[in-house]
Amino acid sequence: MPDVTRRRPVWTLIVVVLAALLLWLILAPWGPGLEQVLGRKRVFVNALFGGLTLGALYFLVASGFTLIFGLMRNVNLAHGSLYLLGGYVGYVVSNVVGYVLITLPIVFVIVGLLGLLLQHQVFRRMEGEELRQTMVTIGLSVVLADIMLWIWGGQSYTLQTPEWLEGPATLPVVVGTDRQGNPVYMRFPQVRIAILIMAIVIGVAMWLVLNRTRLGMLIRAGVDDKEMLTASGIRIQYVFLAVFGFGAGLAGIAGVVGGTFQSLAPGEDTRFLLASLVVVIVGGMGSIPGAALGALIIGLVEQIGLVYAPTYSVVFTFLIMALVLAFRPQGLLGSRR
Amino acid sequence: MNWGKRSLLGLLGGAVFSIGFAVQAAAQTQPPIRIGILVALEGAFAAGGADGVRNVELALRQVNNTAGGRRIETVVAPTDTRPDTAVRQARRLIEQDRVDFVIGPLSGSEGIAIRDFAKTVPDRTFINGISGAMEMTFVDPAPNVFRFNLDGNQWGAGLGRFAVQQRNIRRIATVAADYSFGHTNLMGFAVDFCRAGGTIVQRFWVPLGATDFGGVIAQLPDNIDAVYLGLGGTDAINFLNQWQQAGAGTRILGGTIMADPTVLTARGRARNALIGALTSGPIAEDNNSPAWQAYVRAYQEAFPANQRFPTPSLFGVGYYIATQAAIAGLNAVNGDLSDGQRRFNAALSQLRLATPLGEISLNENRQATGTVFINEVAEGSGGNLVNRNVGRQEGVTQTLGMDLAAFRALGLPSRTNPDCRALGGG
Repeated sequence: MPDVTRRRPVWTLIVVVLAALLLWLILAPWGPGLEQVLGRKRVFVNALFGGLTLGALYFLVASGFTLIFGLMRNVNLAHGSLYLLGGYVGYVVSNVVGYVLITLPIVFVIVGLLGLLLQHQVFRRMEGEELRQTMVTIGLSVVLADIMLWIWGGQSYTLQTPEWLEGPATLPVVVGTDRQGNPVYMRFPQVRIAILIMAIVIGVAMWLVLNRTRLGMLIRAGVDDKEMLTASGIRIQYVFLAVFGFGAGLAGIAGVVGGTFQSLAPGEDTRFLLASLVVVIVGGMGSIPGAALGALIIGLVEQIGLVYAPTYSVVFTFLIMALVLAFRPQGLLGSRR
Repeated sequence: MNWGKRSLLGLLGGAVFSIGFAVQAAAQTQPPIRIGILVALEGAFAAGGADGVRNVELALRQVNNTAGGRRIETVVAPTDTRPDTAVRQARRLIEQDRVDFVIGPLSGSEGIAIRDFAKTVPDRTFINGISGAMEMTFVDPAPNVFRFNLDGNQWGAGLGRFAVQQRNIRRIATVAADYSFGHTNLMGFAVDFCRAGGTIVQRFWVPLGATDFGGVIAQLPDNIDAVYLGLGGTDAINFLNQWQQAGAGTRILGGTIMADPTVLTARGRARNALIGALTSGPIAEDNNSPAWQAYVRAYQEAFPANQRFPTPSLFGVGYYIATQAAIAGLNAVNGDLSDGQRRFNAALSQLRLATPLGEISLNENRQATGTVFINEVAEGSGGNLVNRNVGRQEGVTQTLGMDLAAFRALGLPSRTNPDCRALGGG
């Protein structure tokens, strides 16, 4: 970190000032002038937290996507289908076991196995042929979408959250005063807080695995130079399998998580594929911290845009993507190669 | 569409096919009449659309798939509630499947698109399924488009006055879907509500098919008596779920499709927020008129309990009545669809149709006049939610009982129209 500070003092200053400003906006009581510009504080803080949750969900989907791309140079355009499949399977499983938390590992395994199968049976046969891979994954996503439409139909499903996550939690953030002058604390759905915590835990765990274990070392080496890693006697196919399975399983889990506060229906697969593409392009292809940053930015922009400029909210996401592509085509945290 | 509904469609096809063979000998002389069914089977109203298909089948089964002495065949064209899909599928029905006329569509904006499309095929008839867009028959209507259901504007009538006078709800915020039907349905409610002295504090518009309502829920003002929820299908389920997760709050007034069986039967805790919600619309599930009771019985007997709603949904009733109208029209002209269907169209215009909702007649725009029911969601026996009828308004016309000039002066429904203050509200 100090290294970064020394190399880019101006950027560090800007980031620190922005973070301080944000913190002040969240914690300080708002004066009437500020309320005039940004509306009521409750609305702003809620949009901010909503954006964080949405970003957490996007991160869950996009981190698998970016990992697979970084290692195998494989743009898996069927990734959105894995998300939706995870959600549907989660719906079926949670109806049987009756508890969402047990559903998560089961879905991870099922969708992860499908990922293994895809890698072993399909992608291994067309290694390095990028156009072919792209076409095949598009084809797969269409086939999967139709199979899911066949089995689960066109209506939408919502997963039940556990009883203890029902209702809102009160956060120690003052958002205003009531008529008697008492402070009003912010209320935010517990489910969304749980999703946020889960994404952070998964993100940190992934970072630890990548940076502290032998497998992580292999993956990082593979991302940097696949040929060299193979030449040093590593069976890279096994690493590929592990990463693909893990990435697919993560997308499946994201489907379950997404299904608890948004509905699952045909079309969600492409929506989340598009979201993860944008996230990964903004954050930088193949970078986990990049996926986290990209997901955070896109989630925040979507939610805040929805509150302050509902008509144009769709545009902002793509505007950011266009800006990143224009000025930093490798992505915010991507490495140039 | 799940396995059940798939097989149901298969059954429908099979039934039409086999009955076709049975009556072929009798009706050998004339080719069958082909009816295209334009219905949303994907998206927010998929479950309601499937009920529409069931009800077409029911209505046809009741006449042994014959009308005007001719055998009837059906072709289902699925849409996803988007106007461009509706037009594409309607074109497919007419150009490729060669249907004689079309029953449908289901959704508001689809209806407006079909009105314009209908003008390009003047020798084909369109009988609306359950689209509620007022413009479909009010603005520059097509002579070959008929609507035997009330429009979204009419469906809102009566609820506003009832809420103010009977439930003392005076200040509300509205959250409604930002498309033709959302605007229209809110207008019908607001005209009434504002004239009775109610105040609309703030209006929120959300895109149809939106999934995350967190931002809107956070913005709802504190000092209101109720939230008007103009959403339907999965949108309503998502909103209610997230509203519940955020701690809910005030009472709910609902647009017509908010407390439809598709929402009431949804699994999840969304339903808890619904008890006590007031809605208005063309049906009352506990209507004790013999015609309605007989229809509900027929519906329940025709399909196994796990393949239908407890009682027919709004969407189903719409398609049922549309099919009834088609059958009555065909009988009136003895199945004669020659002459660009002119005689058939004239017969439809003059129908006095006996339906489960009472007798329906059309006005000069080929738009129905009828009764609007005000319902309240209550917990029924066994814990399932039911709509209890608490009021009704008879003979609601397309202009909400105003004369045409006064109604036109209100303007067309939009995000900001009607102006509540101008109507005497706040």
